[in-house]
Amino acid sequence: MNTAARTKTDDTPAGARQVLTFCLGPETYGVDILRVQEIRGWAPVTRIPHTPVQVLGVLNLRGSIVPIIDLRVQFKLDKAEFTPLTVIVVLSVKTPAGKREFGLVVDSVSDVVDIEAIDLKETPSLGSKVNGNFIQGLATVADRMLILLDVDELIRHDLQQVESAALASAA
Amino acid sequence: MNPEMSQFHEAFFEEAFESLGAMEAALLQLDPGAPNAEAINSVFRVAHSIKGGSGMFGFTDVTSFTHTQETLLDELRTGRMPVTSGTVDLLLKSTDVLRGMLKATQHSTPIDQQSVADLQFDLEQLVAQRASQPAGGIGTPALAAVAPTRTVVAPPPGKRWQIEFKPYPSLLVRGNDPMRMFAELAELGDVERQVDTRALPPLVELDPECCYLVWTFTLTTELQIDAIRSVFDWAQGDCDLSIVEQASAAPDPLLVEPVMAPPPAPAQAPATATATAAERKPAPVSRSDQAPEPAAKVTSPDSNSIRVGIEKIDELMNTVGEMVITQSMLMQFAHGSEPLRMDLLRNGLVQLERNVRELQESVMRVRMLPISFAFSRFPRLVRDLAQRLDKKIELRMTGEQTELDKTVLEKIGDPLVHLVRNSIDHGIEAPEVRLAAGKPATGTVFLNAFHRGGAIVIEVGDDGAGLKLERILSKARAKGLVGANDVLTDAEVADLIFLPGFTTHDQPTDLSGRGVGMDVVRRNVKDLGGTIDLRTETGSGSRFIITLPLTLAIVDGQTVGVGDEIYIVPLLAIIESLQMKSGMVSRLVGRGEVFSFRGDYIPLLRLRQVFGVPSPPRELTQGIVMVVEGDDGKVGLVVDELLGQQQVVIKSLESNYRRVNGVSGATILGAGSVALILDIPGLVRVAAEQIAA
Repeated sequence: MNTAARTKTDDTPAGARQVLTFCLGPETYGVDILRVQEIRGWAPVTRIPHTPVQVLGVLNLRGSIVPIIDLRVQFKLDKAEFTPLTVIVVLSVKTPAGKREFGLVVDSVSDVVDIEAIDLKETPSLGSKVNGNFIQGLATVADRMLILLDVDELIRHDLQQVESAALASAA
Repeated sequence: MNPEMSQFHEAFFEEAFESLGAMEAALLQLDPGAPNAEAINSVFRVAHSIKGGSGMFGFTDVTSFTHTQETLLDELRTGRMPVTSGTVDLLLKSTDVLRGMLKATQHSTPIDQQSVADLQFDLEQLVAQRASQPAGGIGTPALAAVAPTRTVVAPPPGKRWQIEFKPYPSLLVRGNDPMRMFAELAELGDVERQVDTRALPPLVELDPECCYLVWTFTLTTELQIDAIRSVFDWAQGDCDLSIVEQASAAPDPLLVEPVMAPPPAPAQAPATATATAAERKPAPVSRSDQAPEPAAKVTSPDSNSIRVGIEKIDELMNTVGEMVITQSMLMQFAHGSEPLRMDLLRNGLVQLERNVRELQESVMRVRMLPISFAFSRFPRLVRDLAQRLDKKIELRMTGEQTELDKTVLEKIGDPLVHLVRNSIDHGIEAPEVRLAAGKPATGTVFLNAFHRGGAIVIEVGDDGAGLKLERILSKARAKGLVGANDVLTDAEVADLIFLPGFTTHDQPTDLSGRGVGMDVVRRNVKDLGGTIDLRTETGSGSRFIITLPLTLAIVDGQTVGVGDEIYIVPLLAIIESLQMKSGMVSRLVGRGEVFSFRGDYIPLLRLRQVFGVPSPPRELTQGIVMVVEGDDGKVGLVVDELLGQQQVVIKSLESNYRRVNGVSGATILGAGSVALILDIPGLVRVAAEQIAA
């Protein structure tokens, strides 16, 4: 932990938080555990016409219809086969229109780790496949880099893309 | 204000608004020539309940206003004043003002004091005029007991009796019910009451089976002392009773103290409270306003309904919906397994299916309300408009008890108002014109509602002039909506009025004619998944026929397969389905495909293409074409196979995602997977865009 990191993360709230980590290709990502509604195995989804490629379709989650997003497609990684290890992380997301539920398809979930706010490092502006807006910060856990995702921002981006796709198809 | 009190406020306002509706309905039934005593009574009761409730909560403005209203109503009730159309108008106006006052009070905004004062003055004038005439009837009910201020009441004529009723503590134990006696007493004449609560011990020491109270009544009646005594016959030996005649017709006004009586004894309280609640009285205490009035007679007609929060019902419906899913999941499992042991399971499942469906239906029924809720505003509307336009109009409504979903009901109200207004403004002619045309001077506007199949049909019509088709056509030609040489059928011409911005009125009135309206009506009906048709005959009237689904929560659907995907087509949209034959389809340049259907050429949509289903294309002859009703006529929808018909519970895609063009929602199939429900007009638009692109 260095002092440079400390000054850079002044704007993030202090204190520890728990993060669910999952794998996507070679990288490890994390999301705030408080946002995780449930983790469930991969099940075939119902395709929705005229949606961006990363939106695989919708799934029935105890009576409500939840859209499922393939993070591999969204992050422009190679498409992986769906295996028994493939899981859907169902997240509760805040959008301008209110609370939504979304499912993210990831390769596998690994762990729940505690991260001190102070351990978060700012995202370097280059060298990431992901649009930097989605990333809250980077942390090092067990010598590996952990990319902490801002799920609200991620889904907002998706919904925007959906809007523009709809506009494009309407035009 | 403490939270409990505000909860009562809420109930008071809710009931007051409901009662005002009932009051308005009763007023409209009042025929100036031959007033219906029951109608006057029900109006009186509403005014009285509101007065009681508002007095209790300290809404003094409302109390004072309803009091004035009540004084007038009482004159009408006793027949001392004739019911004239002027009086009815004034009373109707007073319901409006009262509604305004209640709204203002509810939202803690200032009351429009001017209009209140004006109307109150008018009402008082009317009563004062009567008062200057010689008194005709006998007896005035105790009006002022509830008013929070000291109120002056003119002494009623007739004999006055002072009755002191001092029960022994054992009265209740011996099975006597003072409330019942008081009710009987009230039937003898007009009663004022005072309660002496001095003997009431502190709550801790109070014996619920003891009677501690002493009542003093002033009864005005023509009857003899024996009749009064007989009321208390059953209590003989359980009370001290004194009945004394008072000097009749005291010249000075009588001052009455507001009486807020506690229940006769705590033991009485629970039973009475239930009774009062059932009568939609504001709260148990309101009994004190006119305790002697027989309670059971104050029942309002809709008191056998309960108020349930809509979110509770939605929750219930969700649960039941899932039960249906579980059940069909089990059913599929049972079909796949070994027969012997499975037979029992299957029998059980069949039963479960029946139970679940019954449960689902009864839950659906909870949401259903009679359409009279939407119809109830029309008598007033028709009356007011007819007056304003100087037309004679009779409103005829049938099928008011036809039930439909609350959500549908709420959304259909405004379109109906628009149609009725149009009928009155455009449809019904002035009386002279009608007579000249050999029709009765009084026009008829009718509203019918009935069930047909899984839908509710609402008809709005009139026996007026009908649509002036030539005029519509010439307007449409002038506006360039129709080509100069196009020949249109009458139905097509009539359909033009649904176009946005279309009007035949050169001078828009403030009622209609601005050219907004019919398109909005049509859109609203479409949004509810319904259709609107127009039948018109020049000279003899027009009729709008609205067909709506009974509920927005469930749809009868046809399950269809395309490739590996399953979609639901609403059954209402399907006209027919047929096997494709080669040679039926032709290509039109830039217009996509058409196929011949009963002599017409209708556009063909391949669902596989429109939705980009990832599966190898098929020969058309292998598919099924469903003829469905789009926004602008029929469309053929090509699917691979028809799978079955079932009722599906509509789930929203938007709650977690967004609206998808061509899809109205989703549902969950037996196996737990999701299927999309097609929105046919939307689908046609999507296809049109694809062809254009």
